[in-house]
Amino acid sequence: MSVLTTDQRAPWRRLLSAVALGATAAVVLAGCAAGSTEEADSAPAEDTETTASAEALSITFIPKNLNNPYTGVQLKGGKEAAEELGMTYLEVGALDAAADSQVPFIQTEVQNGTDIIVLAANDPNAVCSALDEARAGGAKVITFDSDADCRDLFINQVEEEEVALGQLRQLFDQIGGTGEIAILSATANAPNQNAWIAAMRAEIEANADYEWEIVAEVYGDDEDAKSFQEAQGLLQAYPNLKGIISPTTVGIAATARYLSTSEYKGQVALVGLGLPPQMKEFIKDGTVTAFALWDPSEVGFLAGYAGKALADGTITGAEGETFEAGKLGTFTIGENGRIIVGPLLEFNADNIDDYDYISF
Amino acid sequence: MTALSSEIGASKIWQRINLRDVAMLGVLLIVIVINSFARDNFASTTTVGYLLLDVIPIMMLALPMAFIIISAEIDLSVASIVGISAATIGALVLREENMVVAAVSGVGVGVLAGAFNGFLVAYLGLPSLAATIGTLALYRGLALVIIGDASVGSFPETWTSFVQGKLGATGIPTVTIAVLFFIALAVMLLHYSPFGRGLFALGHSQEAARFVGVKVQHAKFWLFVASGLVAGLVGLYWALRYGSARSDSAAGLELTVIAAVLLGGVSIFGGRGSIPGVVVAVLLVATITYGFRLQRISDVVLVIITGALLIASVTAPNYYQKIRERWRFISRAKDSPAS
Repeated sequence: MSVLTTDQRAPWRRLLSAVALGATAAVVLAGCAAGSTEEADSAPAEDTETTASAEALSITFIPKNLNNPYTGVQLKGGKEAAEELGMTYLEVGALDAAADSQVPFIQTEVQNGTDIIVLAANDPNAVCSALDEARAGGAKVITFDSDADCRDLFINQVEEEEVALGQLRQLFDQIGGTGEIAILSATANAPNQNAWIAAMRAEIEANADYEWEIVAEVYGDDEDAKSFQEAQGLLQAYPNLKGIISPTTVGIAATARYLSTSEYKGQVALVGLGLPPQMKEFIKDGTVTAFALWDPSEVGFLAGYAGKALADGTITGAEGETFEAGKLGTFTIGENGRIIVGPLLEFNADNIDDYDYISF
Repeated sequence: MTALSSEIGASKIWQRINLRDVAMLGVLLIVIVINSFARDNFASTTTVGYLLLDVIPIMMLALPMAFIIISAEIDLSVASIVGISAATIGALVLREENMVVAAVSGVGVGVLAGAFNGFLVAYLGLPSLAATIGTLALYRGLALVIIGDASVGSFPETWTSFVQGKLGATGIPTVTIAVLFFIALAVMLLHYSPFGRGLFALGHSQEAARFVGVKVQHAKFWLFVASGLVAGLVGLYWALRYGSARSDSAAGLELTVIAAVLLGGVSIFGGRGSIPGVVVAVLLVATITYGFRLQRISDVVLVIITGALLIASVTAPNYYQKIRERWRFISRAKDSPAS
């Protein structure tokens, strides 16, 4: 009915309605614009400050997604290195860890002419066309945490092999080499988790001591609630489960929280990769005996120094080149442009209090 | 009397143009101008290229979604159909099938998925909200079955470079031509065909539409098939554009699409909306997003702004309607002594 009445209206009234609607929308946008100019005002202020000190290099970190505590720790190291080296530091990222979600952010950095892009790839393929364009424009690209085949350097925390074996060792110490075990991972496509899990499966196959049966591999998508529910589901579906391996900080914390309030507390062994401050209460209450990690801030810190060395031309990414990384010492580039930060750190009731700094 | 007839003549021209769409277009232009001033590297061919490449999936999915919402239905499974189509293509490429076979199968799976939705809604009479929430999960699960945890990126170079190719130095992606064709087709179908008029009637009242001869089941079924077809094509585009086919391709995209369609003036209750409005709204959201990211404003802020914009665009016309009614009441009171 309203269609009919509209048609009978005089044209000027329709025009008026358009103006009114346009005005409303303009007000909304003015709000956005006010917000953005504020940001824009503060950004150039920093720019002029840094450009004053002779063309500061810009380094931008693109993590897998925002709001991940683990990522927060990594970036803290990156920021520290950037400040030490006088580089303009920025971190941008999407809210979700989908394959395509990093692409617009890489594009933005290309367009803004960023010198060094440091990225933890959500997908080894999806980011490549954008990263290739960045490199064609002269930017240096470093991947950390999970690799993509279109970068100058890849910085990894610990050798994949060692991460996998360390977790199996911890599980073996607790439950021996037999029984049903399950894996609670991040997303189904996470390259680093998948690499570790593949290495674990290969080792279980090859090592005569390990006679476990992996009954399930589930994905908590690095979301706390989803991981919690997956843990709950695992124990319901497999009542004889003896151990869970969760090679992700979100997953292990959620699983530990579920176990600590369930009847399975102390019955089912939980190992994996966790942040010490997050896991402390579960070590103290006996839910978890041992878990592992490294200092995630070191990977960001090293990426900062490696980026600077690349941009300065000190290194090109070839095997055998060395560079200084401040407090971490000297590093040598390995095969295929890979750099390893250090060994796996293992935590238990005796040493967990010493690692509160591995936090956010 | 002559004055009145000339007024009617003038209003006929106005009738052709939906003023809400014009206002949206104005807002889009304002956003572009603001962005160009705020960031000197915004107005460039790079922006045009990136922005259009990123917007194509949303634009394509928004077209059938507008048809469906105007008919007072909804399709929440579109992003999952994109996922299952990309997964099919990826799985076939992984088995080293011919790329043409893979592409056709991917789009075909999209059509089948759409047809299943259409069957549930049109012939079993399920509410589309419930049916497509079900298939949203179902198709995403099947995608995981088809491709597992693999991420396939080994597509033929000729295909990927075609999709990412630009028209000369303009920065406009080649694929845009196909998208323009689909937009034109959608405009013709919705606004200039009896089928389209039938959909508006259907959106207002299913009973009334049936009464005036609209084949309700038939129309609904084919709408969902069309939605599946387009989602299948987007799946192909997605795989080639990002060089990556995975089980979670395009996850969550359905809400972005629906938000853009509503922002474009399509009524969630059906019966009202236009394709130009939807096209402008899709571009508006994409431009705001792009501009903000270029200024490196956090995505946290971005989702708040797009949410607020959506609410404002839906509520503003209602408030405006009330104000206008008061206005008309007052002016009518003024006019009456003269007549």
